[in-house]
Amino acid sequence: MTKVSYRRKQYWNEPTLSLWEQAYLPEILRGLAITSTVFLRNMWRWVTGRKGALTTYYPEETRADYSPINRGKHVLTQRPDGSPQCIACNMCATVCPAKVIEIEAGFDPADAAHPKFPIRFEIDYSRCIFCGLCVEACPEDAIRMAKETPHLPSADRHDMWLGLEELLAWNPQRDVAKPYPAKGGADNTGGPA
Amino acid sequence: MTQDLSVALVFIVYAMGMLITFGTVLTWVERKQAAVMSDRIGANRAYIRIPFTQVKLVWWGLFHGIADGLKMMLKENFQPRTYDRIAYAIAPWVVFTPVLLVFAVVPFGGTLDPGRLVPALADWFHGRTYPMQIARLDAGLLVVFAFSGLTIIGTMLAGWSSANKFSLLGGLRAGSQMISYELVMGLTVLGLILLFGSIDLGAIVRRQSGIALGFLPAWGIVYQPFGALLFLTAAIAENKRIPFDLPEAESELIAGYYTEYTSMKMGLFMFAEFIEIAIVGALFTTLFLGGYNLPYMNDSGFAFPGGATIALGHAAVVVIQLVTFLVKVMLVCSFQILVRWSLPRFRYDQVLSFAWKFMLPLALANLAVTAVLLWSQQGGRL
Repeated sequence: MTKVSYRRKQYWNEPTLSLWEQAYLPEILRGLAITSTVFLRNMWRWVTGRKGALTTYYPEETRADYSPINRGKHVLTQRPDGSPQCIACNMCATVCPAKVIEIEAGFDPADAAHPKFPIRFEIDYSRCIFCGLCVEACPEDAIRMAKETPHLPSADRHDMWLGLEELLAWNPQRDVAKPYPAKGGADNTGGPA
Repeated sequence: MTQDLSVALVFIVYAMGMLITFGTVLTWVERKQAAVMSDRIGANRAYIRIPFTQVKLVWWGLFHGIADGLKMMLKENFQPRTYDRIAYAIAPWVVFTPVLLVFAVVPFGGTLDPGRLVPALADWFHGRTYPMQIARLDAGLLVVFAFSGLTIIGTMLAGWSSANKFSLLGGLRAGSQMISYELVMGLTVLGLILLFGSIDLGAIVRRQSGIALGFLPAWGIVYQPFGALLFLTAAIAENKRIPFDLPEAESELIAGYYTEYTSMKMGLFMFAEFIEIAIVGALFTTLFLGGYNLPYMNDSGFAFPGGATIALGHAAVVVIQLVTFLVKVMLVCSFQILVRWSLPRFRYDQVLSFAWKFMLPLALANLAVTAVLLWSQQGGRL
């Protein structure tokens, strides 16, 4: 068997130091010059009243460049009469990995298409991991996630349970693809028009 | 006799207060300067609320130091099951005390004449003057090096008496690094001692108030720029700061030789390190940056190169000297913080070979060149 000599891969940068770099001190001084330039530039900005940092001072400031598909605070969509589209099937609560959704179902015998509705729908925002699995699991497009989570930090974890009223009302959304008949009317299984 | 005692007490109170304030302020300066250097804001959420009001004082994050101190004091204080309990208990103090003691020989001001300063006490003092040092020792610089050597013992004790093999390794590395750089630090100032002809720190500062080369202030850094650089590097290494901080590399070894220390004992270690930053600043200022004097200034006012002089009153001179010393120490500390947050860390064998194979020959070469230049300036005779 012939012996194949190993040829080292050619790197884009030289792995050995040049003489200038081996002298160590000039490169050190160059590094110190870079950092002190940044320091003086930022100090000048602070002293003249501007903000000398790139930090967003959350929660007083928030960034404006959230992606449109970012998963933030949940939105419960509404039917044309303002009630939630949620049929209390508990699929979102079942799939939730952090088990933060609590649903209590009520029964409305007058509505033939969707007799079940939630009388209590609460999400614990201190434990929610904003994964979006509840949105994927919902069969009715009743829960969505907006791209921002305003006023998330709180001083008391009991404040961080949000209920039906807040989730319905803070970013009202309706699904126009589901025209609903009046309650108790002809059977309409619901679905895209 | 009581006059001397009272003045010495005032100096001691001033020096201790100054060092402890420097220690706390430096924690804040470190955080804030590091933040500004890296486009961040820094820690500024700790506040003090004025009682009975809703006014919250944030003060740019100064209270985070108080919060840290409180946290250190209130943490649980557990002890590892070590049979050497005495060594475990005294190691933080052996590290902390010499750092304060080094400052005993550093002059933080010129000559104080209490009789001129406070005319009401003039007849009590009978015209005695006091150089503003706690201890006027002829062997000032030797005392500095002797006391810095004591911290090495504390470090190694801490590593040894924690019942932790990794702390032991950390203590060994810290000890060998500190001993190497102690030696190098001593050699780097030999050129300066040759030039100024004295190891009394007060005399060294007084001799830096002249004029060199016709127009520059006669500071140590003008006469010995290379020696100043070597001294600063060796002092930063002695203090185990980045880029030489492998004994306590934060992201790699937890805390090195003081891993097994909790609450206030670790607080003492950290506090000693921050006070030592100020001590290194004070030593560098005294030896190379002209001490407590502004350029061309001496105890009676200014003496500019062209021959112009400005005479100043004694109170003005004392205040200017105190403030100048503090400002200069603060600048050197800021430079140390800049170096800490800019440079990568040395590997441990690189640290030691840097000391013995690079800095030691350079320090000796510096000494040789200084000796030859001095000899040739004195007419070439021995």
